[in-house]
Amino acid sequence: MKIIVCVKQVPDTSGKVAVKPDGTLDRASMLTIINPDDLNAVEAALKLKDETGCEVVVVTMGPPPAERMLRELIAMGADRGVLISGREFGGSDTFATSQIIAAGIQHMGLDKDDIVMCGRQAIDGDTAQVGPQIAEKLNLPQITYAGDIEVKGDGTVIVKRMLEDGFMNIKMKTPCLITCIKELNTPRYMSTYGIFGCYEKTVDVFDYNTLKDEPLIDPNTIGLQGSPTNILISFTPPLKGAGRILEGDDKERATELAHILEKKHVI
Amino acid sequence: MGIENYDSSKIEQFKDVWVFCEQRQGVLQPTCFELISEARRLADELGCKLYALLLGDDVADGCKELAGYGADGVILCESPLLKNYTTDGYTKVIVDVVKQMKPEVVLFGATYIGRDLGPRCAARLHTGLCADCTHLDVEVPVYQHFLEGASTLAPERIAGTDHAMVMGQQHDVSHDLKMTRPAFGGHLMATIICPRFRPAMATVRPGVMKKAPFDQAKADAAEIIRPEFSLTEADFETEILAVEKAAKKLVDLIGADYIVSVGRGIAKDIEGGIKLGQELADELGGVLGGSRVTVDSGWLSPDHQVGQTGKTVHPKVYIALGISGAIQHKAGMQDSEYIVAVNINPSAPMFEIADIGIVGDLFKVTPLLIEQVRAIKAAK
Repeated sequence: MKIIVCVKQVPDTSGKVAVKPDGTLDRASMLTIINPDDLNAVEAALKLKDETGCEVVVVTMGPPPAERMLRELIAMGADRGVLISGREFGGSDTFATSQIIAAGIQHMGLDKDDIVMCGRQAIDGDTAQVGPQIAEKLNLPQITYAGDIEVKGDGTVIVKRMLEDGFMNIKMKTPCLITCIKELNTPRYMSTYGIFGCYEKTVDVFDYNTLKDEPLIDPNTIGLQGSPTNILISFTPPLKGAGRILEGDDKERATELAHILEKKHVI
Repeated sequence: MGIENYDSSKIEQFKDVWVFCEQRQGVLQPTCFELISEARRLADELGCKLYALLLGDDVADGCKELAGYGADGVILCESPLLKNYTTDGYTKVIVDVVKQMKPEVVLFGATYIGRDLGPRCAARLHTGLCADCTHLDVEVPVYQHFLEGASTLAPERIAGTDHAMVMGQQHDVSHDLKMTRPAFGGHLMATIICPRFRPAMATVRPGVMKKAPFDQAKADAAEIIRPEFSLTEADFETEILAVEKAAKKLVDLIGADYIVSVGRGIAKDIEGGIKLGQELADELGGVLGGSRVTVDSGWLSPDHQVGQTGKTVHPKVYIALGISGAIQHKAGMQDSEYIVAVNINPSAPMFEIADIGIVGDLFKVTPLLIEQVRAIKAAK
């Protein structure tokens, strides 16, 4: 059994977001982090490794520096990494991205008891689409928003699938895909042992040439040309003018605020 | 019915707008009515009909209600196998029916179910999907008018949005659905089009679109279409063992008119800070929210979280107590109608978007505010 975890390197939105004058993101000036929900998917996989001794492979699509993130995940406990990287893959929307990652997973091979895991969504695009679309392209069943995962020994998993107002318990055959939410677990830290060993483990690079014979890879299904959606325009919303700062002592200010709320019919 | 020859790139074969209407335990979800109301305008702009797409078991009673909010008809797919939502079953049926009837636009609510189903359908149908949209348009002048208010773009750039470069060629966007959505926590907005394939698909953020008034005449005139589809137990690789409602009543942040949220500022007295926030919320008839740190630290349960990784809220008044205003938090509340910030740090980013700010200690200001609110209520 192996768990393939799909991860993404994203700009850190808890810091300042830098936007270039043309309305696109100034990625170069922002710190990158591992997408937070993806860490929960990695932790879920590592827990299964602790229990069953299965292999954990971390996969990302991105530029060559993303290898560093894969090394960090190996230092957490993953066994190896795969970096899908190539100019031909650039400009992909979620449809084309999932096509390429699915091809990468096919290239690795998926056994009967394997599981693909993803984070719920990435904080740069917030689409939550790539996970389900990988599942579709690999013809796998999926469960999104997993709040609990239990692997049975009989080729099935039982997943608690969260909803806004409750949850479902669902039994699913493997191989399958699961997307994980942060309530699922608390990700572990890298271990000292892991940090020392992480450069001895393998990170394979899959470029266009590696994947070009996979049935999913076609110029019409990858990159800009393979993306059904186009960006018409991107823009920044107008800054809302800062409001009024109340003056006076605490009592005066609390009284003024209460009267403002009264005028707005809140009270 | 032409399923074998289905080709999503033959865009001239597609017409009509569909809204996937989500039901849970037979109850239509509020997003259905918001989406139907908004989609009415899109269908009018495209000059086509609007259909609600309803899947379930014995759910025909909902058809009139959906029509009353603006749908010309309901495409109704009933089967015991569709009683509860499943990715397998719903994707299969929707893809079957889309291939038969070829709608031009399909909208889903961006709920936990819509965001599971939409990507799966779009991938199988080979078309584009835009996630979590907050604004939709068809007609170019209407869209450009929206940009004038919602963007900082120069007039000449707005004027240039009547076309796009698609596969190296000028493409006229006048018949494309323009799907606008926030990215990077609302710091950046993007309008997405799906120019080469149909249907154009979008999931739409709950609570953003306005529900239209109910029209009884329209409800009575509903056309009901029951398309053919095939679905058997062999189509399922999943099995639902249980469907449970949350044991304790979850906080309804999305539907709340007034929200009082607490943040890191309560750290020196967590219990006291939460109690103050809850008391103020109770006095105002609102609910208590929290920033990411309050949930990550276990001070509040996850259903309280406002922000990019929590809920997106649009209350009439949002009161932020001791919340600095990180981008990921602002992403979830910056569209509130009126924002009040109380923070001890005068340079907290929350003051940049607040209508009213108090630079002060929430533990001193909030009790006084509660007292004043009570006094005003007592005087009425």
